[in-house]
Formats: sequence, C-alpha cells, structure tokens
Amino acid sequence: MTSATKAQSLPLPAATLEVRSKPLERLWKDIKRDWLLYAMLLPTIIWFLVFLYKPMIGLQMAFKQYSAWKGIAGSPWIGFDHFVTLFQSEQFLRAIRNTLTLSGLSLLFGFPMPILLALMINEVYSKGYRKAIQTIVYLPHFISVVIVAGLVVTFLSPSTGVVNNVLSWFGMDRIYFLTQPEWFRPIYISSNIWKEAGFDSIVYLAAIMSINPALYESAQVDGATRWQMITRITLPCIIPTIAVLLVIRLGHILEVGFEYIILLYQPTTYETADVISTYIYRLGLQGARYDIATAAGIFNAVVALVIVLFANHMSRRITKTGVF
Amino acid sequence: MLSTPFYSRADRIFGMVNAILLGIFAIGALYPIIYIFSMSISSGAAVTQGRVFLLPVDIDFSAYGRVLNDRLFWTSYANTIFYTVFGVITSLLFIVPGAYALSKPRIRGRRVFGFIIAFTMWFNAGMIPFFLNMRDLGLLDSRLGILIGFAANAFNIILMRNYFESISPSFEEAARMDGANDLQILWKVYIPLAKPALATITLLCAISRWNGYFWAMVLLRAEEKIPLQVYLKKTIVDLNVNEEFAGALLTNSYSMETVVGAIIVMSIIPVIIVYPVVQKYFTKGVMLGGVKE
Repeated sequence: MTSATKAQSLPLPAATLEVRSKPLERLWKDIKRDWLLYAMLLPTIIWFLVFLYKPMIGLQMAFKQYSAWKGIAGSPWIGFDHFVTLFQSEQFLRAIRNTLTLSGLSLLFGFPMPILLALMINEVYSKGYRKAIQTIVYLPHFISVVIVAGLVVTFLSPSTGVVNNVLSWFGMDRIYFLTQPEWFRPIYISSNIWKEAGFDSIVYLAAIMSINPALYESAQVDGATRWQMITRITLPCIIPTIAVLLVIRLGHILEVGFEYIILLYQPTTYETADVISTYIYRLGLQGARYDIATAAGIFNAVVALVIVLFANHMSRRITKTGVF
Repeated sequence: MLSTPFYSRADRIFGMVNAILLGIFAIGALYPIIYIFSMSISSGAAVTQGRVFLLPVDIDFSAYGRVLNDRLFWTSYANTIFYTVFGVITSLLFIVPGAYALSKPRIRGRRVFGFIIAFTMWFNAGMIPFFLNMRDLGLLDSRLGILIGFAANAFNIILMRNYFESISPSFEEAARMDGANDLQILWKVYIPLAKPALATITLLCAISRWNGYFWAMVLLRAEEKIPLQVYLKKTIVDLNVNEEFAGALLTNSYSMETVVGAIIVMSIIPVIIVYPVVQKYFTKGVMLGGVKE
C-alpha cells in the first residue's frame, strides 16, 4: 500500500504524462502516420463484415415465423417453436444419427489409412519409386467432388458399370448400388479414402522426416530389424502427430462432405445418407423453409463449436500447444 | 533415409513386399482414371457390352467429337477459366494487403481485427443466412457475386500474416530509410520475399475455384454463367439426357458412357497438366500452414 501511494506521488516523466492525458490525440496521430496500413486492412475487414457477419443478423429467423412479405425484421417472434418442431421430426433426428454414424465410420476406416501409407512410403528406399508412388497417390485429392461422383456413378452403373460387369462375370446378380441404402456408407467412405488417403499421408510423412536419424543408426548397430524400427521408433515418434490429428478430426465430427453427399444420395437412400447439412439444404434452399432450416443450422453450428472448443482444449493438454 | 548398404534377408523380403503392396495401392489410385480414359476412346458398343476393363476396345474418338461440338461444354469451360483467374486476383486483393497490415505490431486494434477474422473459422451463420444475404445484396445469378462473395477466408489470411510476420523487420526499416511508403514496401519488398506463401495461397484459391460447384449451383441460374463443375454435375452425375442427345445415340458410334468418359477426361486434363507444380507447392504448403484445416 505504502509503496503504491509513494509511486503515485512521484512525478511521472513528461512523455508518459502526455499519453495518459490525450489518448485520443495519440490514436489520431498513429492513424495519420500509418493511414496506408489501415487503408490496406479496411477492404478485408469490410469483406468479413458484409459477407460473414451481416448474415448473422439473419440468425434471428430461427426464432421467428418468417414471412417473405414482412422480411426478417418484420416477422413475428415465436421463440423456440422451430427447435421443438425439429426435435419432434423423425427426419431431423435421423439426420443427426446419420451424421454421427457416417462421420464415425469414416474416422474408423479412413483415419488409419494415411498413417499406414506414410509408414509404407517411408520404408521405400529407392528415391525414384518413392517419388512415383507419392505422385500417384496424391493425385486424386485434386480431382473435384463432382468428377469423383461422376466416376462413382459410371463405375457402379447397373447396366454398364465395370463393378457390375465383374459381378455378372462371376455369375452374381447386378446391383443398383446407388439406390440401396445399405450401400451408401461403404460407397461414400471408400471413395473418400481413394480421394484423400494419399494426400493426408503428407502430414505423417513430414512427422517421420523430423525423427532424429541417430535413433535409427543406433538401432541398426544393435541389430534391429526394419519391422522393429517401425514399431519401436517410427510409430512411437509420430504418436503426438496422430493424437493431434485425431483430436482435430473428432472436433469436426459433425462435418461430413455434404457437397459430395448431395451428388450421390437420392430419395431411396435418404434413410442412411441424409445428414444434417443435406437436410438443411433441402429444407432451406430447395424448399424455401428459411426459418426452420436456419434453426437447424444454429443447432448444428453451436454443437459443432462446443465440440471443436473441447477438442482444442484436449489437444492443448496432449501437446501443450493448441491447434489454433 | 538410411544409407547403410547391408540388410538382412528378412529385411530385404520385407522391403520387397512393402514395395509390391504400395505398387498395388498406386494402381488402385490410378485405375479409375485409366479406365475412364480407355472407356472414352472405345466404341460405344464395346462399353455397353461390358468389354472394356483396362485398355480401350475398338478405338473410336467420336465421343470427343460430340463433346467438342457441345456449345455448353465450352461456355462452362470458359466460365470456369474466368472465375478461376479473376477469382484468384480478387482473393489476393482481399487477402494480401489485409494480412500485411495485420502482421504489423504497430497497428491499433490488431487483436480485435485478428479476432474478427479468426472467429469465422469457428462459427459462421450457415448456409441459409449466407444465401439470403447474397440475395439481399443483389448477388444472385451474378458473376460478380461468385467472384467477390468467396474472395477471402480466415485460414488464408492467417497463413499469409504468419508468413509476413516471419520476415525480419530490418527489410522494412531499410526501405523506409529510402523513403518508401507502406504500399511500396509491401509491393517491392515483402511480396517478393513472400513468394512461397503467395504461390501456396494462389494455388489454394485456384483449386477451390476450379473444383467448387455447390455455391455456383445454388446462386447461378442462367446457363451461360455456370462453371464447368455445374455442367459436369448435370451431365455426368445426374445424367440429364435431352431429346437431341437421345436421338444422336441411336445413330452414332458413341454411347452415353463414352461421352461421359470424354467429358471427364477433358475436364481432368488441365488438372493433370498443372499437377506437378501444384504437388511441389502443396507439399510445402501443408508444412507452411502447420496442420491443414
């Protein structure tokens, strides 16, 4: 206490005194000096406000009975009615279940693939072969979802698709894969693995590259086999990377490739294929039920945000460094 | 990685099995593309009868003739080139100067501005409010809407800002001594120094423009404005067949399948051509941005 009062009674240096007394003037001086920098920043900030923040005003629709005549602002408030309707709708509950199932299965089957691929690529000692493999397996990542969907449609065509040709070759019945709900998940997951597993292995390969070579050298001196080096050195060294990426994936568990799903699903497969975002798309953009679709969107966004923040918290605890 | 010349027998067998398995994976990754190519230059009859498995059968280029004469294919192709080129320019204009300003510690309210941008990574209004906002701004069925509505995103700005931050401030001080202003410093000093990051962002933007279809499908109505991917959705995914095409199928040596194959091949070609460049920068880009997403 005494030291604080003493400090206060001491005369402050002139410059500090000026800052304390005229903060606005100082701010003005800074802006005048760096006006060009602020001018560079302005378009970016305006862009974010106009295209990403202004739509947030529209979120109030979720709590209103939207009418096109009255506009968003003029429509009457109805509280949480839309949310109640949603949770009484079997279709919406199905969409939540499908989202979690599809995401969970994608994680189960899709997550280990890039790790396996990275470990295998790392074991190739011929530089040329290694480069060729990498070039080929990264390629599908750059092919658009529309073309991937086109490939799936072509390959699975009941009359001329190569898959059905092989089936009938073996004397089996032709299957109209894309109209059958039980086939949707395997198709979605396997085509996604085809598209992304190679490219996703880059992160793991980078982690493997950063392992200290001395570890391998001393293991070799001790007579370790290549298999032992993988299981005792490589794998343990990339566990932190795997953990962080797993947590990120879990954080985005509500995100499924809905742009891809829209291309592949059809009314007969909604049973397994309809996820939250495709439900919102059909209800809102195709059915023009803006209010209730916005309510579904808010529910999705808020739950997703909570999960992401929790996942980020977890990854901070794992690695002491956050993802963001 | 290892340069020791001696491996035990077991290790050599292991290496061989590994190489063979990887080879099989690579063939699996490449097979759909090879198959589509073979299909596109086979005769319609061979494909319909299920005689094509890997290599082309009864080579026939008529499907390409059909696609080359499809006016809408070329219109949408030209549109995609337009959206990609001008979309990338628009993106760079909204990303680079803003990221540069944010990288300067002397900017007032830097943390607030940074938060405004980063917050959108975690929460956004979603599909319906975004669509209605575009409608209210008069950007439905508008080329300008496609260019400007998707110009910036938080991830690219943060990536660019981080790169600018990593450049030593002594460059700026030296340029300031010579009397350069902030814009000149960005243009003449920082942009040349930030080439790797710029290349990565340019490619990220270009790829998402070239491959994106969803918002173009939702926002654009007029046929002459749609990009290639929307055209592809109609032709190779929904398999929309008009009467003229159905009639043509009866009298020509191509089939629905070979035309679809030809369309896919013609759409993938630019991707394959720029792929070596893209691969080089992307593998670096993944490192640059730390972990992607």
